[in-house]
Amino acid sequence: MTTESGTDSEAKQPQENQEKRKAKAAAEPKSPQNQPEQLPAAAGHSTPARKGQQEEDQESHRSSTSRLSKSPLRGVKKVKIMQCKITLLDGSDFTVNVEKRAKGHVLFDKVCEHLNLLEKDYFGITHRDIENQKNWLDPSKELKKQIRTGPWNFSFNVKFYPPDPMQLIEDITRYYLCLQLRDDIVSGRLPCSFATHTLLGSYTVQSELGDYDPEEMSSEYVSELRFAPNQTKELEEKVVELHKTYKGMTPAEAELHFLENAKKLSMYGVDLHHAKLVGNLYESLAPSEGEDSEGVEIMLGVCSSGLLIYRDRLRINRFAWPKILKISYKRNNFYIKIRPGEFEQFESTIGFKLPNHRAAKRLWKVCVEHHTFFRLVSPEAPPKKFLSLGSKFRYSGRTQAQTRRASAQIGRPAPLFERTSSKRYNMSRSLDGAPIMENHETPAKDGTADGAAKVIAKGDIITTVTTEKKAEEQGEQEDFKKDATETTEPATPLRLDTKTEDELPVGNETKDEVGPKGTVAAGYLVKYVAGSIITDGATSSGPHGISLSTTMDDDVFVDGTLRDGVEDKTPDSHEEVLVVKVSPGAVRQEVSQAISDKKGTLIIFREAEDKTDDEDNETAVPEELETGEKDAETFKEDSSVDLKSQAAAVKILSSKVEIKTGDETQIKGIDSPKKAMVSWISEEETVTEVTGVKEVDEINTSNGLQQEAEIFTFEEVQSSQLKSNLTQITVSEPSAAVSTLGWVSPSQKAPADQEEKEAVVRETETAAAKQTNLNSVEVAANDTPVVHTETKTITYEAAEVDRNGDADPGVLLSAQTITSETTSTTTTTHITKTVKGGISETRIEKRIVITGDTDIDHDEALAQAIKEAKEQHPDMSVTKVVVHKETEITPEEGED
Amino acid sequence: MANMCPYGCFTHAVVRSIPETFGKAVGEGRENGETTVDLAKAQRQFGCLTGALRQKVGMQLIEIPPDPELPESWRIEDVAVIQGDTALITRPFKQQRRSEVEAVRRVMSELSLTVVEMGGEQGDSGGATLEGSDVLFTGREFFVGISSHTNRRGAEVLADTFRDFAVSTVPVCGGARLRNVCSMGGPDTIIMSSSDGAKKTLRMMEQLTDHHYEVLPVPEESASNCIYIKGPSKRDFLLHRPAEECPESVSAFQKLQDYTLLPTACSEASKLGASLSSLCLLINRKHTYF
Repeated sequence: MTTESGTDSEAKQPQENQEKRKAKAAAEPKSPQNQPEQLPAAAGHSTPARKGQQEEDQESHRSSTSRLSKSPLRGVKKVKIMQCKITLLDGSDFTVNVEKRAKGHVLFDKVCEHLNLLEKDYFGITHRDIENQKNWLDPSKELKKQIRTGPWNFSFNVKFYPPDPMQLIEDITRYYLCLQLRDDIVSGRLPCSFATHTLLGSYTVQSELGDYDPEEMSSEYVSELRFAPNQTKELEEKVVELHKTYKGMTPAEAELHFLENAKKLSMYGVDLHHAKLVGNLYESLAPSEGEDSEGVEIMLGVCSSGLLIYRDRLRINRFAWPKILKISYKRNNFYIKIRPGEFEQFESTIGFKLPNHRAAKRLWKVCVEHHTFFRLVSPEAPPKKFLSLGSKFRYSGRTQAQTRRASAQIGRPAPLFERTSSKRYNMSRSLDGAPIMENHETPAKDGTADGAAKVIAKGDIITTVTTEKKAEEQGEQEDFKKDATETTEPATPLRLDTKTEDELPVGNETKDEVGPKGTVAAGYLVKYVAGSIITDGATSSGPHGISLSTTMDDDVFVDGTLRDGVEDKTPDSHEEVLVVKVSPGAVRQEVSQAISDKKGTLIIFREAEDKTDDEDNETAVPEELETGEKDAETFKEDSSVDLKSQAAAVKILSSKVEIKTGDETQIKGIDSPKKAMVSWISEEETVTEVTGVKEVDEINTSNGLQQEAEIFTFEEVQSSQLKSNLTQITVSEPSAAVSTLGWVSPSQKAPADQEEKEAVVRETETAAAKQTNLNSVEVAANDTPVVHTETKTITYEAAEVDRNGDADPGVLLSAQTITSETTSTTTTTHITKTVKGGISETRIEKRIVITGDTDIDHDEALAQAIKEAKEQHPDMSVTKVVVHKETEITPEEGED
Repeated sequence: MANMCPYGCFTHAVVRSIPETFGKAVGEGRENGETTVDLAKAQRQFGCLTGALRQKVGMQLIEIPPDPELPESWRIEDVAVIQGDTALITRPFKQQRRSEVEAVRRVMSELSLTVVEMGGEQGDSGGATLEGSDVLFTGREFFVGISSHTNRRGAEVLADTFRDFAVSTVPVCGGARLRNVCSMGGPDTIIMSSSDGAKKTLRMMEQLTDHHYEVLPVPEESASNCIYIKGPSKRDFLLHRPAEECPESVSAFQKLQDYTLLPTACSEASKLGASLSSLCLLINRKHTYF
């Protein structure tokens, strides 16, 4: 489990390897490039204390990067440069060239650099889609995948409105926030009374024009500026009146006053989405007497404190983040699951119908992002390197807590900047009533939505661990938490959680890993499972250590517990997984480990999909389309399963460790559940979980010392020609295999390498050395032993035929996952049938996890596994073998 | 926000005297048979209230003369909602009360408040009704009780008038009015009845708000309606029902630190469902932009 550090190193090495390779060099290089870019930015403000976080961020980037880099085709293509036009907050346009394949953050960083903006985490870049809806660029996704059509035109906007602008460090940041707010006001998105228009307008004048000067300023001087949607002469006169009284006020002061007033507006920073009520409403939602609430037009407002529900201008309900256990979307519907109130027994789910699926997803993303930014101490499970396969969404950004800490380190002299003659009319440029925000950076949660493919094995166990730490540490320094998480298994759990949130499958994988450990001691295994289960239950029921109920605070720190939410998600994800298991027809019964295996399968799926995406991309097919399809599919499955039933299933699992699950799942189906559901665990739940978690941790630790896990992945590819096809494809895409390894990032990269004809052997060793003292300290605090993990990943690849860049993305015909296990071995077989350009290809990926003491001869086990695989599929060839070896070392042994 | 200062800073109070027709509500279903009101006593109590406002608290008092044709015109709180320099002239539920607004509107104009109409009889009010006794302004936001006299349309008009603020609708139980069960007891303090219906309302308010308020529960519903004013002297005044009218609740008010408590009788008006705050409109003419 302690793979984190290992993972990093692994990831890096693969990249290096890739660089060496010619063909891949083009494709893969991006990941390395990305890192430097992102890192510097972070470094700029980050404190030493923050390093842990930064690392996390980086890691997440990497993982995503590695995932993206899979596509074999990339290497072939030339570097295309695209011209981007970004409309800045002052209304001016900034044109910059970026590589077509560049990720969103590249563009964002360039803009911020241009703007000389350091506190950039509050901002984002939007792009209007075909429906003219604003979508937030995902910094971790390639631009070309996010822009389907039309010119590359963007807007730079405030994404997270700081509840207290006073806490911003730099005047320049406040200045940009002011510009955004002026635009919000003039466009009507931010409604104000006449008096407020007057007041804010007067500060605007002071900031832009300086002191009132009767000689220089004609009577009309204010008419050039826009203050309100409907600007009247009377308003301008009042503005002048006030302006006259500001003599001596500096622009920065005027902006501060502006913000201090604007922030109190009730719609400040509220991102509105049109929706209709669905089904039974929360009692408070019920409209006036006798009115049928079904189908009532409402607005959903996402803000720093939670979700607001408006009917016309009236606020009819409000759900603070702590009140929300889970958010999800299916098709056009958006759901929130509400924690039961003081006098209520059951949680309730409220549904809203949005205009279309994209709107539902957009809303979901915004919620996830806002929750993460404002309520979490750190982004939820940074896309675990392990899981990186699955979720497309990574929360690469910082939370408000992080950005505040980082900003505190800004040491540069206040930058001089020109308050461009307020682009007088620029303010009116955005006319859309409500900015639509999408999360670019989705925390683990995002993964859920995006990653159809996101399967994270880590989920359950990891999640649990996280919870513990949270509960214990919440009060404590966040950094420590992170570090610890990373360093120790518990730390891993955090990441896992994230992943878990994104993808249930991941959670399963984790279990698998655990399971192996369990092998050493059966008892442990059971406990693990139980722990995970407990976590789930806890999510729904338990009170969190941090009582948020009272909190209406904007203070992120207070809410630090938010991670609980992550846990919640995890449970949900579990639920989903369970559901999946249930729903799919063919089922091989297996132990809980099987479940974990399944997760692994899911991961595989994802990768397969990812590949597909990549191919598509080359083909100029936008990812999102595919994603959407996936989502849709997912939704279908989801719909088939009752939420409640899912929950029930989960509970059952928890109670019975032995529950068997059907292995066969259709990839699509699997993906969808994950994507669709995001659950947040409330703090209360966390507390409950804590107990379970602790146990788990201990168990893990003990196990970890002894554990040695080896995962062998075989990929067998069979290609057959269709009648129509002239071409034979000999080599299957290795990517799937890599994905199987999910938690091993290097392996993922390996798939990408497969394209290369050369056989590549990689060996990555990661020492736990990265762990810092902080970690150990934290561990001590937690009474959790530090477990160092040593990870080795070796990839054997058969020479493969390079695919043409032009190759059509394959059409997935079917996917099947079978899991079997013996005492020390868990085998997951994933069979994918794809049709590409008339050639049908069958790929079989086997993932074998061998767990147990060093007593086991792993080499022999590997040989045996390969032999078996060959015997089972005589007509297929082994194209790739990835060996991932993970050894946990006791702290004493490792360096501390 | 421009008008957002802590609740309680008022400089003016507008009241309307008790008419001779006090208690003889036109068309009121229930006759006065059961509830006999003492006109003289009501007028005395009214005098005590205005006296306290003027002399104890130090408010400028504007008294609108009574109109015998308008037996309920003394409930002046219902006909206007004032925040900052804006006065929303409401549209009371009862047809016969709607002409009460005229005198009030004049006063508002004289005080150079921005007067906003609710659409009036002919306007596009769309059946909107709103009465001030269903509106609680906390200094940060509005709560509007959806009651027998105030509907959602009316609340929407209010929300449209005071755009700076969140306007939340809350249910009011048992045919009461929002202000019957709660009132402000300080800048961040809400005095709330502990009745079951009030608790339900309070829960909703707690859910809807972005802010945190202290809640001062009082066992008797009649005690929950108080008038809090931070007077010109910056002292905290609380006008509340005297011990003889709500014996169990008076002790609760003692908890308010450094307050000047002004027990003010209101037994006659309360027989007609009114309370202290029903009798006056509070205005702050000293705007302080910060």
